[in-house]
Amino acid sequence: MTDTTMTATAVEKPRNKWWDVWAQFRTHKGAVAGLAFLVFITLFVTVGPVLWDVDPGKLNIRNKDVRPIYMVIFDGDAKVSWGNPMGTDNLGRDIMANIMAGGRVSLAVGWTAMILAVFIGTLIGVFAGYFKRLDGLLMRFTDLVLALPLLPLLLVMMLLFRDPLRATFGPENGIFILIVTGIGITSWMQTARIVRGDVMALKEREFVLAARSIGTPARRMITRHLLPNVMSPIMVSATLGLATAIITESALSFLGLGFPSDFPTWGKILFDSVDRMTAFPERVIWPGLAISLTVLAVNYIGDGLRDALDPRIRGH
Amino acid sequence: MLIYTIRRLLISIPTLLFIAFVIFMLLELAPGDPMAQMPLTIPPEVKEKMRLALGLGEPWYVRFPLWLKQFFIVEPQYWIDGTFGTNFADGAQRIISFQSRSPVFETIAQRMPQTLWVVGMSYVVGVLIALPIGIISAYRQYSVFDQAGTFVSMIGFSVPPFFSGVLLIVIFSVQLKWLPSIYDTTHVVGDWDSFVFQLRQMIMPVMVLALQTTAQVSRYMRASMLDNLGQDYVRTARAKGVSESSIVMKHVLRNSMIPVVTVIALGIPTIFGGAIITEQIFKVNGLGQLLIIALQGSDIPMVMTITFLLAVLIVMMNLIADVLYGILDPRIRYD
Repeated sequence: MTDTTMTATAVEKPRNKWWDVWAQFRTHKGAVAGLAFLVFITLFVTVGPVLWDVDPGKLNIRNKDVRPIYMVIFDGDAKVSWGNPMGTDNLGRDIMANIMAGGRVSLAVGWTAMILAVFIGTLIGVFAGYFKRLDGLLMRFTDLVLALPLLPLLLVMMLLFRDPLRATFGPENGIFILIVTGIGITSWMQTARIVRGDVMALKEREFVLAARSIGTPARRMITRHLLPNVMSPIMVSATLGLATAIITESALSFLGLGFPSDFPTWGKILFDSVDRMTAFPERVIWPGLAISLTVLAVNYIGDGLRDALDPRIRGH
Repeated sequence: MLIYTIRRLLISIPTLLFIAFVIFMLLELAPGDPMAQMPLTIPPEVKEKMRLALGLGEPWYVRFPLWLKQFFIVEPQYWIDGTFGTNFADGAQRIISFQSRSPVFETIAQRMPQTLWVVGMSYVVGVLIALPIGIISAYRQYSVFDQAGTFVSMIGFSVPPFFSGVLLIVIFSVQLKWLPSIYDTTHVVGDWDSFVFQLRQMIMPVMVLALQTTAQVSRYMRASMLDNLGQDYVRTARAKGVSESSIVMKHVLRNSMIPVVTVIALGIPTIFGGAIITEQIFKVNGLGQLLIIALQGSDIPMVMTITFLLAVLIVMMNLIADVLYGILDPRIRYD
């Protein structure tokens, strides 16, 4: 009797959960488009500089203020050149190379800050949810951080720690560490709250009771039983975190408190071009479009992931 | 309810004290020197004296209580004196800006109206646009209108204000030349023409901020309406033959507004944060711009006061949201 049931179940191969998730994810058109765009923009900023081998910082005053190549359609006399398809800025630096270099920094900041924020958030959330003694303390702390005016504080942090970190780690790495840490420690609260709630609900379930009854220590309980089950909300808040991190970095750069001036990021290029946007609107539009489309793509991916990871929606 | 409110008010006092302490200590660590803007020809010993004159010679455990005293006791006294002509303050030391050497609150009072006008208008406009969008999107779920609404709010979430603002300037000021790109804060509204001018210069900053509000509030409104439209009482009302408009506008809308009202209250501090960037783009000389200038000049008292005022706003709005939630929804009992 047992043998027959075992062969019967063995015929149908167990399906991987992540395969189901992917199948559901693919039905969300916006999410697929978002993923495609994110892959495209990542390739554009990583592989792009290999193909488009122009130094983004190279000055060429003779070749300044070149308009993008499509301007020929509107204005036959426009100064365009195939050597600079997106044009050059007021110092003759190639805009396409700058957007690639800037995108690399913006995306790197976004990903690192998001990973840091999700790490802190998950840590605090799991501890607060699992250990009752820590719950009150950690959640009061989360509420306190939520009540801080974050953008002004980030600005203050940028201003205060810029010089010492720059002296220790060099101008670019110092600011990178500062921005990533600043964004990371000011955006973990939502993740912590969600994870805490989910862990508290999971803790009352039978499988946790079973694991506890065979003497599973807390460490293994968290890593083996709780964390895999809260992966879905963590992933969704990670996508939201990536979107906010990219916007926050650009906002800091836009307010002139980000990376040093010769170091391009999307927000920085946008900020530098605002003074000349009357004559050269394309210089603000390209970096702005890059930021907005990337964030839009990430938001759509988050939307699709939320649906795909929800077992009530998946499989219908 | 009253007891709950009082308890929350009492809890918010240590919270605010802690926040003030965090901000103060952050600024205390500042290597940024308020003397950095001074000419290099000033001899070091004179510089040291100037530093002492600014009150920087005292340790933090003297200056922090002093700031608290000035913020919570001296400044309200001056405010009462100014309003009622009394003399409580009696010439006590106020919080003085390092940059302008004038009382911080006087500068803030000068800058406040601009920010309040732009931010307040944009919030009202944003909410007024968002509510109908949310209601219709939920009532006609998955219709073309709903899809469009979802897309617009996605854009509102994704396009940062420093790009939407710049884009609006490029389109409406540079290309079409319809609207002024710089907000003229010295403009006085006296007659019809100047009123029209004021309207025209407010359109763009208000729209930039309103887009963000609309995106958020319309999503919440839609979700909340959808929750309620599936409830049993809606079916009962339909079975009784209540007209569709009164089901949606009276029964469902009233119940759906409860969580949305709290979201609207909670969003107010965020929009002040967004105003920092918007004011920078449209050159509005409001609070956000004041904060940026103070930051760049290491004007510690000014930064401290503005940041703390924002924290007060956040804490108060959280409290108001919770209390409103309890008042609007009789099922919620806080005791």
